[in-house]
Amino acid sequence: MADILYTSWLIARKDLAIEFRTRSAFFSAVVFALLALAIFYYAWDPTAVTATDLAPGVLWVIFTFSGLLGLHRSFGVEMSDRAIDGLLASPASREAIFLGKALANLIFVAAVQLVAIPALVLFYNLPLTSIAGPLIAIAALAAIGLVAVGTLFSAMAVNTRLAELLLPMLALPFFVPIVTAAAQATAKLLSGRPVVEISAWLKLLVAFDLVFVVACTVAFPFTVED
Amino acid sequence: MPSENSSTATSAATPVLAVSDLTRSFGPRRAVAGVSFTLLPGECLALFGPNGAGKTTLLRVLAGLLKPTSGNARVSGIELPGGALARGQVGLISHHTMLYEALSPRENVAFAARLYGIRDASARVDDALRRMAMIERADAPVRSLSRGMQQRVSIARAMVHSPRLVLADEPYSGLDESGARSLTALLEELRSAGTAIVIVTHNLVEGLALATRAAVMKAGKFVRTDAAERIDRGSYAVTYREALAAGG
Repeated sequence: MADILYTSWLIARKDLAIEFRTRSAFFSAVVFALLALAIFYYAWDPTAVTATDLAPGVLWVIFTFSGLLGLHRSFGVEMSDRAIDGLLASPASREAIFLGKALANLIFVAAVQLVAIPALVLFYNLPLTSIAGPLIAIAALAAIGLVAVGTLFSAMAVNTRLAELLLPMLALPFFVPIVTAAAQATAKLLSGRPVVEISAWLKLLVAFDLVFVVACTVAFPFTVED
Repeated sequence: MPSENSSTATSAATPVLAVSDLTRSFGPRRAVAGVSFTLLPGECLALFGPNGAGKTTLLRVLAGLLKPTSGNARVSGIELPGGALARGQVGLISHHTMLYEALSPRENVAFAARLYGIRDASARVDDALRRMAMIERADAPVRSLSRGMQQRVSIARAMVHSPRLVLADEPYSGLDESGARSLTALLEELRSAGTAIVIVTHNLVEGLALATRAAVMKAGKFVRTDAAERIDRGSYAVTYREALAAGG
C-alpha cells in the first residue's frame, strides 16, 4: 500500500510539474470559467430569478465543463512521444498510475475552483462567508467523484480520434448525480437552510465517491492493457 | 524455423529471457507467430527484418506492453505479463523517446529512476546522463533538445535502474556518430556485466557489432538464426537477403 501511495504521489507530482511549466490547461480552464460566469451574469434577469436561485446551477455547470478541460489533458501529456509506454513498462502498478493521475486532476480542479468560486461570489454578491465550510465540503466531495470518473474516461478516450468529443459524451452522464447533489446542497445553503438539511445530499456524494473511486481504480488496468 | 537455443557453453546458467512458441495476433493477423529463443546473461540477440516483420510487436510483448495471444515468455523465470517484478528487470529503448517534453532530462530520468524504486536517485541519474554525454544539458527542457539528444536522454532513462534485460527498438535512430559510439560502448559494457540484450535494428553493422546471435524475422517468424561464431560480418548483408528470400 505504501508503494502504491508513493508511486501515485510521484506520478501526480510529475503531472503537476508539467502543468506548472506549461500552464496551458489551467489557464484554459480559468479563462473558460470566468467567461462563462460573465455570460451567465449578463444573460441573467435579476427581476425574474434571484441570485441565490441561479448561482448554484451556474457554479456546478462551470465546475463540470472547466474540469473536463483538465481531465482531457491528463492522458494527453502521456501520448506525446509515447511517454505512456515508459510508464506502463515500469514497475508502477496500474492502480498507482490511476490514483496518481486522479490526484493531479483533483488538485487541478481544486485550483480552478479556488478562482471560480470567489469570482461567482463577486458576480452574484453572494453571502458565502457564513457557509464557506459546508460549501468547501460539497466542492471537495463533488471534485473527488468527478475526477474519479473523468480520469477513467480520459484514459479510455485518449487513444481515439474523437477524444475531445468522446470524453464529455462518456463522462457527462456519470456527472449528473454529482452535479445534482452538489447543486441542490448549494441551493439549500444559499437560501439559508441549516446544514443538517443538506446531509442527505452529502451522504449521496460520499457514497458516489466511494463507489466510483474503487470501481474506477479496479477498472483502469483494463483501459490501458492490451 | 521457430526456435533457437543458446550456446551449450553457458547452458547451465539461468536464462534472463526464455521465449517459447510466442504468438501475438491482432484480429486475424499474426504479428508474432510462434517465436522461441532463450537469452542467457551477457548474450545479445540482434534482430533484423523488413518493416512489418513483427520485431516491434515482439519487443512490446517482452516489455509487458502487450499480452501474448499464446505461448509464453519468462524474464528471470517470471512469466509475462508478470507484474512489477518482471517489468522492473527490463530497460526499454524505443524509437519513441517516451520523454515528457516540458520536463528536463534530469527530471525525466529521475522520475523513471524513482518509478523503478531508486529512492535516492540523484547520483544514478547524473551518472546515466553523463554516460550519454547529456549532463551539460541536464536542466534544459527536453523540447529544446535535438532529436538525437532526446534519444540519448531516452537511453539514459532506460538504463538508470541497471536492467537485467535491455530491449532496444531502433536505439540508434536519430543518434549522431558520437551518440552511436556512446550507445554501443554502453551496451557492450552492460553485456559484459551480464545484461542480456535484444536489439532491433535495420543497420546490420551496428546490430552485429554487439550481437552474440543474430536472427532474421519475417512475417512474425524467425526465418534464420546464427550464433556469433557463425556470422561472417563482411557478407551478412547477402545472408540477410537470402534468408528473407528463402523465408517465403
